[in-house]
Amino acid sequence: MKILMSGNEAIARGIYEAGVRFAAAYPGTPSTEIMEEFSKYEGVYAEWSPNEKVALEVAIGAALAGEKAVAVMKHVGVNVAADPLFTVSYTGTNGALVIITADDPSLHSSQNEQDNRNYAKFAKIPMLEPADAQEAKKFTKLAFEISEKFDTPVFLRTTTRVSHSKSVVLPEDPLPYQDKTNITYNAAKYVMVPANARMRRIEVEKRMQNLKIFAESFNENKMEINNPEAGIITAGMPYNYAKDVFPDYSYLKLGMVYPLPEKLIRDFAAKVKNIYVVEELDPFLEEQIKAMGIKVIGKEIFPYTNEFDPGIIENAINKQEKTVNTPAKSVPPRPPNLCPGCPHRGLFYTLNKLKVFVTGDIGCYTLSFLKPLEGLHSTICMGASIGMAHGMSKALKEKGKGKIVGVIGDSTFIHSGITPLLNMAYNKSNAVIIICDNSTTAMTGMQEHPATGYTLLGEETIKLDLKILVSALGIKNIRVVDPYDFKTTRAVIKEELAKDGPSVVISQRPCILFKRAKSQPQKPLQVDPEKCTGCKVCLGLGCSPISWKKMEKKENSKREGISLIDESLCNGCGLCLQVCKFGAIK
Amino acid sequence: MSNIETKSILLAGVGGQGTLRASDIMCLAMMETGLDVKKSEVHGMAQRGGCVTSHVRYGKKVYSPLAKLGSINLLVAFEKMETLRYLNYLTKNATIIVNADEIYPPAVSSGAMPYPEDVISFLKSNYNQVKEIDATALAKKSGNVKAANIVLLGAISNLMDIPPSIWEGVIKKAFPEKLVKVNLTAFQKGRDA
Repeated sequence: MKILMSGNEAIARGIYEAGVRFAAAYPGTPSTEIMEEFSKYEGVYAEWSPNEKVALEVAIGAALAGEKAVAVMKHVGVNVAADPLFTVSYTGTNGALVIITADDPSLHSSQNEQDNRNYAKFAKIPMLEPADAQEAKKFTKLAFEISEKFDTPVFLRTTTRVSHSKSVVLPEDPLPYQDKTNITYNAAKYVMVPANARMRRIEVEKRMQNLKIFAESFNENKMEINNPEAGIITAGMPYNYAKDVFPDYSYLKLGMVYPLPEKLIRDFAAKVKNIYVVEELDPFLEEQIKAMGIKVIGKEIFPYTNEFDPGIIENAINKQEKTVNTPAKSVPPRPPNLCPGCPHRGLFYTLNKLKVFVTGDIGCYTLSFLKPLEGLHSTICMGASIGMAHGMSKALKEKGKGKIVGVIGDSTFIHSGITPLLNMAYNKSNAVIIICDNSTTAMTGMQEHPATGYTLLGEETIKLDLKILVSALGIKNIRVVDPYDFKTTRAVIKEELAKDGPSVVISQRPCILFKRAKSQPQKPLQVDPEKCTGCKVCLGLGCSPISWKKMEKKENSKREGISLIDESLCNGCGLCLQVCKFGAIK
Repeated sequence: MSNIETKSILLAGVGGQGTLRASDIMCLAMMETGLDVKKSEVHGMAQRGGCVTSHVRYGKKVYSPLAKLGSINLLVAFEKMETLRYLNYLTKNATIIVNADEIYPPAVSSGAMPYPEDVISFLKSNYNQVKEIDATALAKKSGNVKAANIVLLGAISNLMDIPPSIWEGVIKKAFPEKLVKVNLTAFQKGRDA
């Protein structure tokens, strides 16, 4: 029976249908649902690892033991996993190993727009790229076949639009799981000291030659000859965009984007007069095809940035202007915002008031750079807050004393904050680090991590004690605060800023959306219209239930309006009550 | 469905309104009629109060899950001012269904910007087919304020050639048993509105 599936659900199904029962990942948009869905299948082992490097190493180990294994991550996660990635390409995989990279053209939920097809070429690893959910399932299974056949890791690249769009999928019976695990010793293949690695290096080139031959006859590199005058070489989602607007063109749709089938491309070029290469982000296919001496049109007319849609391709090829004449009326922006009752709000309000420079990190709290909180001043990548706070503090010397704060979430701290914090203790830093511990990986939708006490499969496990860990790293000044308590939070941060040496403040309060946590929403608050002076201080919290209503000025009154609280949205956290100087909120 | 050309619907709302749920149910109904369906959605940070959109495309064979600018025939806005954000996607003859709900973004709640005035009359002066529905009120009458998305789905269903039995079937499958009755009532209220 046909079902409607997202690309991510289809990839999870594909992993299962391939007879694979082993997966490791760290959550990250747009990849997260692959693992969440896979973990629901019967008899699988699936884990959230602390970060992508660990996840890949776990999958490599499983493959070495003979399993078919998969590691799943978002595009920037592959940067974290790059170290093992480049060398597992040398060792090969024994069982089977597929690495799923979920790229994010248009940066819907990421800090950069890197094109991870480059990793395939760079690390000499074949890469498949599906265009919709049905293909996502099929290509996932093919990726495992290729891995087994060529003893190589295989990339499956998806993009946000493939992962998060839904289309019709035909589920098939899964291959039965075959236990092929055992311990085998093969130092020449798995001990990558220079002498062995030099030998494996030659094997990698042989493998790539064999994969090039394979690509020529790979069924998912498909040629459709229609119009002999105009044709398109493309892969992944852009194929759908192009087919939508140029159904009569000829197509060479590449299911494998690395290595390329050179003969097939030459064959297509011989049959079609004008060829466009339609690809989002980098001219990855285009440069390789041009290097073959084949004349094609690519980034001369197509954008380098953002994802495409059918209109972008149509306009580029037809050389049309983009203008669509539509009626327009100005509309206020609607940026994402911290939730009502979010434990981060009080903390960042405080940091803003303390006029410190806050090096930030990746998580919901990154949103607090926005007005009115403006309590975060840099974001680079997972874990960067701590190293950067230390670097700034060292560079500024006395000027930076009591002025530099690094802020990082609990999941992000475990992902990549531990080593930089150790560095702060070791190299005698003066900055203050705040761990925003909301007891979950909130940004990606409440995933477990080593400090939650549960695994992905729902089993109870050890619960990492952040305070003990931080102490073991050599941090002497450790404080724990509740960010709902403004006064104490502010006082504690001020005290720590005044001290010599590094401090860690653990700001502890579970995410308001986190169902397992005991902190359920409190009774909604109300504004007393008699007491409210309309001073707008509460609006500085940027809390969505609080609004300000203009009123007619009364005689002998400076009041121009009052604050209101939407009771249907308020979670009763009490921050506004604490900032109101007139006792107007109850 | 007689016309086999690919058609496009745009659903727009605010995180938490059930926009994506409604578009899922719509796709399932279309699939039941034997059509090919694709939908795209923008979420991820949507839970945190941002805009949510979903393109739904259906026909004999659908390629792109995204529609191009100026090509969509039906816009359903789950929040009033969200309509204004996506007019560039519409054809001149597009139909617009608008929920009367107003959800203030930060710029409006803080008093920095006004909530757009006269949205409905603006739309009516530019488009022939504009229908405003107080989906939240109708959902309350159905017994659950959260069913506003299904009220809107009912309203959309009037514009589609899909028999009521199919809608009923997919709604029954989409919700746990205790919520089916409320949602079927909500759907009917939207259909009658």
